[in-house]
Amino acid sequence: MKFGIVVFPGSNCDHDCYHVTRHVLEQDASFIWHKEERVSGFDCLILPGGFSYGDYLRTGAIAKFSPVMAAVRDFAENGGAVIGICNGFQILLEAGLLPGAMKRNDSLKFICKDVWLRVESSSNLFTSRLEKGEAIRVPIAHADGNYYVDDATLKQLNESGQVVFRYADSRGLVDPEHNPNGSRENIAGIINEKGNVLGMMPHPERCSEAILGNEDGRRIFESIVSRF
Amino acid sequence: MNKARVFVTLKEGVLDPQGTTVKHALDSLGFAGVEDVRIGKFMEISLKESSPDKAKEMVTAMCRKLLANTVIEDYRVEIE
Repeated sequence: MKFGIVVFPGSNCDHDCYHVTRHVLEQDASFIWHKEERVSGFDCLILPGGFSYGDYLRTGAIAKFSPVMAAVRDFAENGGAVIGICNGFQILLEAGLLPGAMKRNDSLKFICKDVWLRVESSSNLFTSRLEKGEAIRVPIAHADGNYYVDDATLKQLNESGQVVFRYADSRGLVDPEHNPNGSRENIAGIINEKGNVLGMMPHPERCSEAILGNEDGRRIFESIVSRF
Repeated sequence: MNKARVFVTLKEGVLDPQGTTVKHALDSLGFAGVEDVRIGKFMEISLKESSPDKAKEMVTAMCRKLLANTVIEDYRVEIE
């Protein structure tokens, strides 16, 4: 399969995503500069982490108007797989491809550390290699990961199984104590209704190799590969 | 020419982590009776448009499209 990794000015996890998809998973992968108006020949698009446009105004606010985003929207509307990681998730929210918005972490601090995630759904194309209810360890690195969504949309996300990851302890127990940033109901990752667009704040590309001491993230990429 | 002032704040009911922290700082500095602090953004935009009504309309469109994220933020536009 072929991954396309969208590069915005200020993206800084693009090469990590390329490394994992190309060298660890041994799939085809290439970069897509944000000025591109068309994307074709890809099975899955990755919007990587970083600080697109310096996070000016709001995270993802300016990136959503990059020429490539119209193509990403078309790709997603036609059922293409799109995963947004960290800043990529923030861009998907700003672009309206996923519901909600990010606020500043409630501690006001940039947080860079491993966290545990409870897998809430394994019936989608991004998490089929994970078990519902299990805990995986994945690092976060963000200042604006405090996920906000209104009550009505939150209810809908819960009822339709669109919450994919929640911050938890190492046993998968979700409680306020293990919420690193103030996100509503510990939400760390969500999927759209159609099930082809996933956004997550933690970085699976940073924990996909044994040499890094943690391979939990690789199972997310392997889930995607298994579908193509 | 018109100058627009734009105020963007988190919507009422959306917890403001920066505002809460500043409120606590004010409390601990001894400023009694601070009930709430809301932190937002202030922007000044200079426009060629000479009609205040049209300028306001244009800046309101800017707010909806880019300057505010209406999922969590409210905006207010003043033309001077």
